[in-house]
Amino acid sequence: MIFSFDLLINAIVSGILIGGFYAAVTSGVSLAFGILDIVNIAHPAFIILGSYVAYIVNATFGLDPILTAIVVTPLFYALGAGIYQVYYVSFEKRGQESLRGLAFFFGLLFITEVSLVLYFGVDYRYVSAPYIGPTWHFGDVDLPLRMLVPCVVSLLLIATLQLILTRTFIGRAIMAVAQDQLALRLMAIDPIRIKRIAFGISIATASLAGAFLIIIQPVEPSVGRQYIGRVFAICVLGGLGSMPGAVIAAMLVGIVESLTSTFYGPSWAPAVSFGFLLLTLAVRPAGLMGR
Amino acid sequence: MIVRTPVFLIICLAVGAVVFGLSLEVGNDYVFFAGYVILQYVVLSTAWNILGGYCGYVNFGTAAFFALGAYSTVAIYKLIGDNDLPHIMPMPVLMLVGGVVSGIVGFGMGYLTLRLRGAFFSIATLALAVVLQTLVVNWDYVGGSRGAYVIRPEEMPFIGSYVRYLFLMMLLLAIAAIAIARLIEHSKLGYGFATIRDDELAAEALGVPTLRLKLIATTISGALMGMAGAPFPYYIGYLQPDSTFALDYAVNSIAMPLIGGTTSWVGPLIGAVLLGTLQQVATVTISSAVNLLIVGCLLVGFVIIAPNGIIGLVHTFLQRRDEDFVGRRRVDADAPGAVP
Repeated sequence: MIFSFDLLINAIVSGILIGGFYAAVTSGVSLAFGILDIVNIAHPAFIILGSYVAYIVNATFGLDPILTAIVVTPLFYALGAGIYQVYYVSFEKRGQESLRGLAFFFGLLFITEVSLVLYFGVDYRYVSAPYIGPTWHFGDVDLPLRMLVPCVVSLLLIATLQLILTRTFIGRAIMAVAQDQLALRLMAIDPIRIKRIAFGISIATASLAGAFLIIIQPVEPSVGRQYIGRVFAICVLGGLGSMPGAVIAAMLVGIVESLTSTFYGPSWAPAVSFGFLLLTLAVRPAGLMGR
Repeated sequence: MIVRTPVFLIICLAVGAVVFGLSLEVGNDYVFFAGYVILQYVVLSTAWNILGGYCGYVNFGTAAFFALGAYSTVAIYKLIGDNDLPHIMPMPVLMLVGGVVSGIVGFGMGYLTLRLRGAFFSIATLALAVVLQTLVVNWDYVGGSRGAYVIRPEEMPFIGSYVRYLFLMMLLLAIAAIAIARLIEHSKLGYGFATIRDDELAAEALGVPTLRLKLIATTISGALMGMAGAPFPYYIGYLQPDSTFALDYAVNSIAMPLIGGTTSWVGPLIGAVLLGTLQQVATVTISSAVNLLIVGCLLVGFVIIAPNGIIGLVHTFLQRRDEDFVGRRRVDADAPGAVP
């Protein structure tokens, strides 16, 4: 293959754009796994659920998918808070989260996925919005709006999350829960309540990430599986619980995946995130911006 | 009372012979097709339980190890076909090769990730499946994404149709897996595994070589999964990466031990036979998508309501009955005029 400069630039740009989307997908996992120590392996399934909610509302009322996602975040928050309550009572309280808690989320993954399959079938679904078709051109660089819009909104989402985590009382309490639950209790804060709120927020981000996903590509129920390994790889690479780390790692994975699929072929791209994961685990388990 | 391993093995073989005999009695080869899948899950869930149930490390990569076994068979099949070798490899040799390959990969995985917290291992196994699938998809020799055809021989001497032979091989492997699991359980190794499951830090502090034990567990567990995968290409006839690496194997091999009970070899056996049979029935009567929904719901239900599985339920039931029985006798003895 002849090495071409435009190809390289375009690959990097589309890698950054897809990286923005990966960051949105990872932010929820980063909150749950990085801060709360809950290995929510079903997160991608909730993202697909978010995609389908956006699809239904878009197909029946013609509402914008991102707007829909923002409107339904309270529902996802409630779902997350409910799941955490079950998780806490059944596993954390009994000290069985490592084996049975993991199995619980794995089971949830399949229940969500198969329910969607049974209800909607395995056809690919897509949404329509004014920014899905057009592409902006800057010289040789193409900026498809269908990638740019999710990327920008995703970065806004993460900035908001970071502000909540560092500036508000609840956010600081969430960061504190990761460090010392007993100290939190001594400050008269219920750590379980804080964790419930945090997990609710984590699932609420899945609603937005789902909308981004269905804008970027058509979705069918088992698409989420492709993201499980990738999301956790990004989360570990960025450093557990670090939002800026997650963004950098997501961009990095996005760029390398994009370069791989441009220059070696798309069939090799899935191996990239695993390579990153293994390298991180072997060389620097704390991640790029780990505590 | 603990039965010695040779005696246990003889009992298992006798039970196996009865199972095979009864299957022959039915006179329909469908029994062998369905039974093979159930036996395959007995091996997979027993293998998963050696690491998951005994040590407490969750392996999401069952499909990866299983597929490694299956694809090493395909590679050997192609090698023989390309070089015009006259004989087809006997199944036990293929199983052994699949087991060795998967065992080595299991060891490597464990070596890289087991020094970190448990969750990292689980995530890495999940990612392993993706990478191995990528490698297989790009490896044209074993069919790539197009898949590979494996033509199975029509008949086997003495046994009849080839699927019967496969069934018999899987039956023997299942017996071997159960015997290994039981042997581990009653040995020093098993107690070491249990200390890791209960409190790894305390075990380490007391001088238990936790990393070495965990590596032994991943290697044995991976090898058994690979052995279960080796005959699969001959069973299915057409091997394709998407279905061989499917997460369905992972969810089944996790659900079966958890539903049966993870602390003993009986649990995965009960879980696999029950859930495997249920799935075979559901596939025929309803649909194969519903299958996974049933597995998911049972898994979630059991881990919440009955954390120790069916074995745990039976234990509590027996205990309660014993307590009732003892309690009643004591009441009788205390009654006035009772003869001591």
